[in-house]
Amino acid sequence: MSEPFAAFGDPARILCFLSILMVPCAIAGLVLINAGLGRSRSAAHSLVGALCVAAVAALAYFAIGFAIQGYAGLPARQLAANGKLWSWAGAGQLFFGGVRFDGSPQSLAALLGMFGAALAAMIPLGAGADRWRLGASCASTAILATVIFPLFAHWCWGGGWLAQLGANAGLGAGFLDNGGAGAIQAVGGLSALAVAWMLGPRRGKYSMEGMPAAIPGHNAVFVLFGCFLAWFGWMGLDCAAALLYSGADPSRAPLIAVNATLGAAAAGLAAAAITRARFGRTDASLCANAWVAGLVASSAGCALLSPAESVMVGLVAGALAVFSVEWLELRLTVDDPGGAISVHALGGIWGLLAVGLFAPAGNSGQWLAQLIGVATLLGFVLPAAYGLNRLLDRFYRQRVAPEGERQGLDLYELGAGAYPDFMTHSDDSWQR
Amino acid sequence: MKLTGFLLLGAGWLIVLAAVAMLRTSASIGAFVLAGAAVEALGLALAFRAHRIWREEKP
Repeated sequence: MSEPFAAFGDPARILCFLSILMVPCAIAGLVLINAGLGRSRSAAHSLVGALCVAAVAALAYFAIGFAIQGYAGLPARQLAANGKLWSWAGAGQLFFGGVRFDGSPQSLAALLGMFGAALAAMIPLGAGADRWRLGASCASTAILATVIFPLFAHWCWGGGWLAQLGANAGLGAGFLDNGGAGAIQAVGGLSALAVAWMLGPRRGKYSMEGMPAAIPGHNAVFVLFGCFLAWFGWMGLDCAAALLYSGADPSRAPLIAVNATLGAAAAGLAAAAITRARFGRTDASLCANAWVAGLVASSAGCALLSPAESVMVGLVAGALAVFSVEWLELRLTVDDPGGAISVHALGGIWGLLAVGLFAPAGNSGQWLAQLIGVATLLGFVLPAAYGLNRLLDRFYRQRVAPEGERQGLDLYELGAGAYPDFMTHSDDSWQR
Repeated sequence: MKLTGFLLLGAGWLIVLAAVAMLRTSASIGAFVLAGAAVEALGLALAFRAHRIWREEKP
């Protein structure tokens, strides 16, 4: 690894640009997974919500987000402590001011950051499915894309204090997040947890005795096709982020794609084996969740880990996804229809810790740097996401009215369903 | 109770921040980072428990 863009020639720029153009496929994959795992009567709302949320994220990041995120080498706000300077926020201009769109690393970082903010914003949509108002999800996304995502992205990708842990505190190479397992996935996943906590479960999800009702996704084809799209998009995301923010050599691009594939493959097969052993049949939605969890977890060290290590990371991520989906639903009574918390928060955190775990022997500082990054996600991102969403809820109610849940968000908020030709049946899960 | 959980999450992070900003050796930083992470784990457990109790009490 070298300093970002120490030798960023034309081939690296072209590779980086093409990789960034693949990222919307990862967004589309998540959108399809979220829509497929939700109810049919909210399918159009899920897709329109995703479009609106992506638009809000892009505009908010353009207006304010990139100025806060900044980029290594650009002006930043710093604090002095213990004789060292620590960067805590970018000091760029609003509305992409000062960014030269000439193929420079800054311009590529602005483009990738915009897609990254949109991808992070898709994740809470899965947790709030079937009960999150369209306007509220857009307002919540504005908070995510202007404050939470750019701040954490600056800390680990923009030359901020987490990235400086190596140089300033002697902790390995500083906090490492090659492909966005922390900056995008865990940030989005923890925001999803905050949203799920705030909205509460869907009506009919839990009986009076607290037993959860199974509310299966309405379209397994959407979900599984979403996995294929996400696979393609993730290879681009990992490649672009590793080149731009970690200074990975372009020659590592094949390794990055191999690691993404192996991580997802191991996780998907682990979930298939576990669900078959436990339930007697392979569970499609859990396999899909595990596939994405493998992509998420392997992205943390995509340019550093060997293929065998990525398989190990994927196996654990797949098992974690299966058990944590069940644990969250049964024990912790968190209703997360899209599995966003298990896949993105837990998968991302596991991937980040795995980078420290597989660091060369004797490099305990790297493990410590990764732990500090994870502690920052839990101690800053989660409370900030919950607190800001709670504050927003005081002024603009986020949960849809009971009538809206009964009708379905398509009819209630959009006035038309996604499948107008289909007969609507009464919903057994509507109990109270 | 959930607020206490979030306060513990924030307090744990502040311990981690203070360790990074004020201590010099990796060993001492490590000890305080682990302590901060433990406080955060406690806060997370409390927040989950608060959510569960809130849900069970909901009519």
